[in-house]
Amino acid sequence: MATEKRVMNCIMCPMGCELTVTLDGGKFVSVTGNTCPRGAKYAQDEVTAPKRMLTSTVRIKGGFLPLLPVVSKTVMPKGKVLEAARALRSVEVQAPVKAGDVVVADILGTGVDIIASRNMAAKN
Amino acid sequence: MSELYDVVIVGGGPAGLSAAYSAYKNGAKKILVLERDRELGGILQQCIHNGFGLHHFKEELTGPGYAGRCIGLIKDKPEVETRVDTMVLEVHEDKTVLAVSPTKGIYTVQGKTVILTMGCRERTRGAIRTPGGRPAGIFTAGAAQRMVNMEGYLPGKKIVILGSGDIGLIMARRMSLEGCKVMADIEICPFSNGLTRNIVQCLNDYNIPLYLAHTITRIHGKDRVTGVTVAKVDNKMQPIPGTEFDIECDTLLLSVGLIPENELSRSLGIKLHRLTNGPIVDQHRETSLPGFYAAGNVVHVHDLVDFVSDEAEIAGKFAALDAQGKLPAVQHDVAVEAVNGVRTCVPQHLSLPEGGEGARLFMRVSAPARKVTLEIKQGDEVLLSRMLPVVKPSEMIAVEVPAAITAKMTGSSVTVGLKQKEA
Repeated sequence: MATEKRVMNCIMCPMGCELTVTLDGGKFVSVTGNTCPRGAKYAQDEVTAPKRMLTSTVRIKGGFLPLLPVVSKTVMPKGKVLEAARALRSVEVQAPVKAGDVVVADILGTGVDIIASRNMAAKN
Repeated sequence: MSELYDVVIVGGGPAGLSAAYSAYKNGAKKILVLERDRELGGILQQCIHNGFGLHHFKEELTGPGYAGRCIGLIKDKPEVETRVDTMVLEVHEDKTVLAVSPTKGIYTVQGKTVILTMGCRERTRGAIRTPGGRPAGIFTAGAAQRMVNMEGYLPGKKIVILGSGDIGLIMARRMSLEGCKVMADIEICPFSNGLTRNIVQCLNDYNIPLYLAHTITRIHGKDRVTGVTVAKVDNKMQPIPGTEFDIECDTLLLSVGLIPENELSRSLGIKLHRLTNGPIVDQHRETSLPGFYAAGNVVHVHDLVDFVSDEAEIAGKFAALDAQGKLPAVQHDVAVEAVNGVRTCVPQHLSLPEGGEGARLFMRVSAPARKVTLEIKQGDEVLLSRMLPVVKPSEMIAVEVPAAITAKMTGSSVTVGLKQKEA
């Protein structure tokens, strides 16, 4: 199987260690350059199943402001982030909304809910 | 007669709100927060991304989430009054505050103490003098952020970002998520000025090239931006002839630094620091004018709002004690001078009571370095030293100095600096 090396910056702390990950046929083999175990874990997750939070906005009808900021309740697969953001562009909700209210449940079948980041009162 | 308050706070962002909550906790009975925007929360309301609050609230929050927490702490407290749509026009040495709002007109309130928490604003194109015409399509990153996240407009479709400060990086991702094409981020320094996690998650994730040690030498376009010319710079930050190349774009976002907003402080005659551009303060965040306190980005630009809240809680506490006549008696004053690779240190001086007093120092270094030792010295005597695995100008260093150490500061000044580890 083909071995491959990937270089990345660790983001677990301000050190920002430069990590070199060795992969064999797409599978994690080893990592060098990390100074602590958290770096090793980060590198392994990052090459096998990278995950990200998603924050964006949706339109809100009758709200104090025209947009409602939203956030994924947990991290989601990195590969789904752009598609999820695209899906949110056509979502519209009705004011009032409370922080934590579910805006889109189980977005794209990821099992992750998109929730409101803030309260949004109705206009006037 | 204008109404009398224990503490009047100018600005209802995270600093003002945290200061108000702390003043309340420390016994102030009448606290007033004046905010010029339509709602409380300041810039956090447009910073919809997450990553806030890990230090202060021990939980990862979005900007609006963090603002909501701060608002929640003072909501329903009869001691704390907040007024939005209220612009402070003047503050006077006798602590009268002249404000204006659509509902109340022009009026004054009287504080026993005043806390300045006006935050900062962005440097603009004028501040960096980029040659070219004056086409539409040039925005500061924060202005674009407000358009995209709060008003519902896109500033353009094909974006170049100048500067790699955190707002610029965050906007690179934000514009990508909204379907725009971010062509490049151009940074004049040989290192990035943003947090590493933002470089990784905002640029690398979206395959946006970062050109370090490059700058924009010309903006093209007559009615609308059509592109920029980029060149490599030498170690004096001067463009190197022959290295120019063009990037096509319809929008240029500037993320080229923040300036503390100190018009009110300046007209009060409060002494400002040459490098931080904010008021010179002691460990209580009292300015050069007695009874006037300051905290947050108006004092020095922070990278984490968590530290803004921490600092504002200090200002709120001591302003409240001051209003009640309970400030500790100062025995002597010690200047804290930033030297050897430490560019700035806040507070700039300590007003020490007998037996010393614990203080927290916030510092920024001039250049990135690894494995350095930070030293607080009185003359040649090292009072405190701290090993730091890595330091960067973009990441503020916070060091706790215990009362037992400040008690040893018997002279008129101490220094904070880096001792480079010998190879």
